[in-house]
Amino acid sequence: MTFAKLTASTLAIAALSATTAAARDNVQVAGSSTVLPYASIVAELFGDNTDFPTPVVESGGSSSGLKRFCEGVGENTIDVANASRAIREKEIKACSENGVTDIIEVRIGYDGIVFASQQTGPAFTAFEPADIYNAIGAKVMKDGALVDNTHETWAEFNADLPGVEIAMFIPGTKHGTREVFEEKVLLAGCEATGAMEAMIEGGMSEDDAEDACFDVRQDGKSVDIDGDYTETLARIDANTNGIGVFGLAFYENNTDKLKVATMSGVTPSTETISTGEYPVSRPLYFYVKKAHIGVIPGLKEYAQFFTADEIAGPEGPLAQYGLVADPDLAATQAAIANETTMGGGM
Amino acid sequence: MTDASLNTPAHSGKQLSQADAHTKKRNAAEKRFRAYGLSAILIGLFFLVVLFTSIIRSGLPAFTRTVVDVEFTLTQEQFDAAEKELFKTKAYSNLFIAELQGKLGEKGVEVEFDEKAIERLLGKVGSTIREHYKENPDTLGAPVRFELAASSRVDGYFKGRVTRDTLQDSRFLQLSDLDLVDALEEAGVIKQAFNWTFITGTDSGVDNPGGAGIGASVVGSFFMMLVVLALSLPIGVAASIYLEEFAPQNKFTDLIEVNISNLAAVPSIVFGILGLAVFIQFMHLPQSAPLVGGLVLTLMTLPTIIISTRASLKSVPPSIREAALGVGASKMQTVFHHVLPLAMPGILTGTIIGLAQALGETAPLLLIGMVGFVARGYPEGFAQGFTEANSAMPAQIYTWAARADVSFYEKAWGGIIILLAFLLTMNIIAIILRRRFERRW
Repeated sequence: MTFAKLTASTLAIAALSATTAAARDNVQVAGSSTVLPYASIVAELFGDNTDFPTPVVESGGSSSGLKRFCEGVGENTIDVANASRAIREKEIKACSENGVTDIIEVRIGYDGIVFASQQTGPAFTAFEPADIYNAIGAKVMKDGALVDNTHETWAEFNADLPGVEIAMFIPGTKHGTREVFEEKVLLAGCEATGAMEAMIEGGMSEDDAEDACFDVRQDGKSVDIDGDYTETLARIDANTNGIGVFGLAFYENNTDKLKVATMSGVTPSTETISTGEYPVSRPLYFYVKKAHIGVIPGLKEYAQFFTADEIAGPEGPLAQYGLVADPDLAATQAAIANETTMGGGM
Repeated sequence: MTDASLNTPAHSGKQLSQADAHTKKRNAAEKRFRAYGLSAILIGLFFLVVLFTSIIRSGLPAFTRTVVDVEFTLTQEQFDAAEKELFKTKAYSNLFIAELQGKLGEKGVEVEFDEKAIERLLGKVGSTIREHYKENPDTLGAPVRFELAASSRVDGYFKGRVTRDTLQDSRFLQLSDLDLVDALEEAGVIKQAFNWTFITGTDSGVDNPGGAGIGASVVGSFFMMLVVLALSLPIGVAASIYLEEFAPQNKFTDLIEVNISNLAAVPSIVFGILGLAVFIQFMHLPQSAPLVGGLVLTLMTLPTIIISTRASLKSVPPSIREAALGVGASKMQTVFHHVLPLAMPGILTGTIIGLAQALGETAPLLLIGMVGFVARGYPEGFAQGFTEANSAMPAQIYTWAARADVSFYEKAWGGIIILLAFLLTMNIIAIILRRRFERRW
């Protein structure tokens, strides 16, 4: 048997691949691992509730998702990019250079970032941004001077915190979560401790000082996690003194293992995030390639289904999982219905 | 040893039966070496046992699930009304909850509970109900017995993952709900059952661990392996026969040989990037398709097959070739009638090692869109199996292991058991084939 048959089947496969190279019938999504859980819930429901095939949702981080999104127009590129931050000017430019000019921005809701430690570990119950900055910032204020961070324990700079070794697990730079962490926690802490002021007095421009505030110490007290929250959880599990940065939904799913700390005195919850009381939250987005609407079946329907009141509203399955519903959902729905692209064009 | 007498002087008068110091030392060294070897094997076995027990212990719970077993009647009007909604599955699950709530009294359950308690106990049941009535519209109006998945925390309560001590009140489940669960169990409404969905189903959303299954990704892996087998075996065997039997020995063939060996050591992610650039961006093959996955893995498997095929061709004694040539066979007849059949067992072993490696590979699939949430379900036909978006087993396991809900972690272990079973089947087929081809001389 073998040779002739195998060669024949090889040729058959080659021929097959040539004929079916066209026509993709499912929506293809990639991007933020923070949005992935919500997107997977919607994708499953979309497949169950409509006659369209279930969309494929890939992970990989906001930046890599947007990069793939901007690769061009056509069936071999993705239709939707999930992002846990807004698209940057740079990325919009890269997009338009590759012919991706009409982008519809969809805000699906808000997500809180929480600081959690082992349920049975030391009493990390309340943080201020200044504490986090003092723990892991590259340069901190000590006795009125800006010095390299040599803090070993939390109690060194805040007597209310446990005197245990600093061990923080923060999202890696490819995650959109990192950006929020930098802006809402590190920068705020940098300002509150006076480090930023000292930097500016030391001759830095304001922008440079801001960037310097984002620098974290490199001596192993702060660890970048490039994987998912499960990796952070595993690190916390293995280290009693570890503090991890998690999404609210992830924490709520693991309350038996983790205890959460307040930030600036506010306990993170869907209520405190939607009222804006809890300081560390960010909007979640997805971006739709307008050129693909009408070409890829179900693309517009997917975006509409995602943002429908029944799904993304306060009583929907996304809120049930931990997403903080967007009060301006109606505006988003209208924008999708009219296919309003970024920059106001139709 | 016929001339033992020659050795006698060396023993300088001692009797042969008495071991001298040197011999004792040598014997002791041999004993020590045996002990090292034995302990190496024992250590290996120990780790194997630890690995298997932990896989089986963590993975077995994935094969059972907690279900709510009740009769449910849906009228034509309710069906029509639900089908008009945007969120149809929610409408079905609301109807089911209402009916279950009403039935609890007649089942003898007298525990107080709040209105959302039943919703918290149930998994995402809507899609199962909708699917059933879509396929069997004639059962509308008549009572149908459903076995529907309970929520992940209730499932955990039955499996011992969640206890009354560790459960924290949340919107997912509250401590008071467990009284209701106990009462329902007594009434026979909630029970443990074998989880067929896990074996036959597709991936599910992160909020629906009860509906997740590995079946579709087994099919995806199967189609990928078909592509790998159909491409890498003929190409690999043809290349090695040419290199081994026909090619002249010169700088050019040396260069090819070195490159093949190098290619075997290239990290698999490199092939993924290559696949993305060549197959998807240049050749415009569909994303997330087993066809592309298979092509990428073929590239990865080829060097393994070529190297092992060449080794087994080399191990065929030259006398076989010479005998065939001697009775007048052509070079090609020699190879195909005599050398190749004798080399077949070795080729099969190499192929199965290559396939097994390819089966467990996740890294290259990351880049061609097979890792993530891929829940297309079963392909409609054989040809579609190659081109429709699908996941693969290792990719599915990886995805589950990264999810927040602990019950997905359990499913990841269960997936490993299925993956090992798949691998074992492949190996058994290879062993059977080897036995059939094996010849001794």
